[in-house]
Amino acid sequence: MDHEPIPEEPRALPLQRPSGRRTFLKWTGGAAAAALLAACDESPITAEAAADGRTGNRNRGPVTNGADAVTLDFSSDIGVLNYAYALEQLEAAFYILVTDNFYSGGRQEERDVLNDLRKHEIIHREFFRTALGDAAIPDLAFDFSSINTRARGRVLQLAQDFEDIGVSAYNGAAKLIEDTEYLVVAGKIVSVEARHASAIADLRTPNGSAFAPRAFDLARDPREVLALAAPFVATQINVVNLPA
Amino acid sequence: MNDLTKPVLDTIDPELSAHLVSRRDALRKSGLWTGKMAWAAAASVPLGLAAISREASAQAAPPQAVVDVLNFALTLEYLEAEYYTLGVASGVIPGRDKGTFTTIRNHEQAHVDFLQSALGSAAVDKPTFDFTAGGTFDPFTNYGTFQALAQGFEDTGVRAYKGQLPALQPYDDVLTAAATIHSVEARHASKVRRLRGKDGWIPFAMTDVPALQPVYDGEENLLQLGINVGAFEGAEAGTEAFDEPLTMEAVLAIAGLFIVG
Repeated sequence: MDHEPIPEEPRALPLQRPSGRRTFLKWTGGAAAAALLAACDESPITAEAAADGRTGNRNRGPVTNGADAVTLDFSSDIGVLNYAYALEQLEAAFYILVTDNFYSGGRQEERDVLNDLRKHEIIHREFFRTALGDAAIPDLAFDFSSINTRARGRVLQLAQDFEDIGVSAYNGAAKLIEDTEYLVVAGKIVSVEARHASAIADLRTPNGSAFAPRAFDLARDPREVLALAAPFVATQINVVNLPA
Repeated sequence: MNDLTKPVLDTIDPELSAHLVSRRDALRKSGLWTGKMAWAAAASVPLGLAAISREASAQAAPPQAVVDVLNFALTLEYLEAEYYTLGVASGVIPGRDKGTFTTIRNHEQAHVDFLQSALGSAAVDKPTFDFTAGGTFDPFTNYGTFQALAQGFEDTGVRAYKGQLPALQPYDDVLTAAATIHSVEARHASKVRRLRGKDGWIPFAMTDVPALQPVYDGEENLLQLGINVGAFEGAEAGTEAFDEPLTMEAVLAIAGLFIVG
């Protein structure tokens, strides 16, 4: 499969929306990026302006290059680990995008938290990539075109959603894991995702109970998780050998 | 997205959840159960809880290994529920944070209720607690101390549940239920840490309270499945990105400081 990995530091936001799932915009560095930047109105937009459409430029996220399709085979732990790897790829790509294109008007604490989340999700991603080796799925393609990175509310809502989805994914996958060592490492990650989710909720609503909305967290089936993630994943993810 | 705002057991009584599970099974056998409906129901009824509630009322005794783990968890939940109940009642918590600790208290009580229900007659009784640890601490007169111990209890709880995942691995429903409690304790821990001006995650094995060092020993670990996770974004972030388990023995040594009978 021919693809370009998502670069760690994207240099420009695309000006055009892709016409469909298979039309990927290429990341380029150097001169091409400079040309894009020169043509792009970089003035920041407020969350209010973004919300009611009065934006001078979209500041939309990209659609990135990646595999057309992958299959997650849950008949073995490799499938479960690749499932986790897929979600960590998504989270890492999201946080790289939003921390490289920070919204204005937030507190420094928000930047600090989002930068920490970026690091953690990159670590999780690279951990799974390394652990899976030749058995790893390729880099996925993501569609962040619906994300206005300059809209604080939207960015924090999505961070909340991704972390909550991640927690429910790990909780739901626990029973699918056969190797105890893999169960342990998944357990080590899920509590960190929950710490993330709590911190994001705290940033959004400092004195509420949103840091922990329920006494028992959700445990979602992988198919439900992937359906929730689908708006942001351009790669077709096929699932096989999951119990009905 | 599913967004229950009340603790699950407030909204689903065991009879109803058992009914929902058995209804789902009946529909599946009839061939009328579509994949879509299955996931909708699954999201709204944590199956682990429903199945365990049903098992308890069906009087099938859980295996001893499960009983031991659940009683261990119940002991910790008794401790947390009591701690927060006393804390809220003591007046040591300032108004702006009362909601936070009331929320946490409510969750811990729901955990107690669930574990007692799952264990039935095998449930251990609530111990007698001394949250001063023989006069070492003053959590109900000093808010800083209250917060510090709260952080310690929550971070311990995360590590305690995590340490028992292998023991529960053969039992899908109990494993799932434990996982759904484990991640909520982590949400609690993150919130309390942030109230104290810390990050929600644990860097190295750091604690600003020397007496709580046993809660954090081992958190400096960077080797995960033989991979050095400090190599990607630095050591500190590497230690933060993974939480570490504690053995039952180590947890009971910590909790034991506060148990007098």
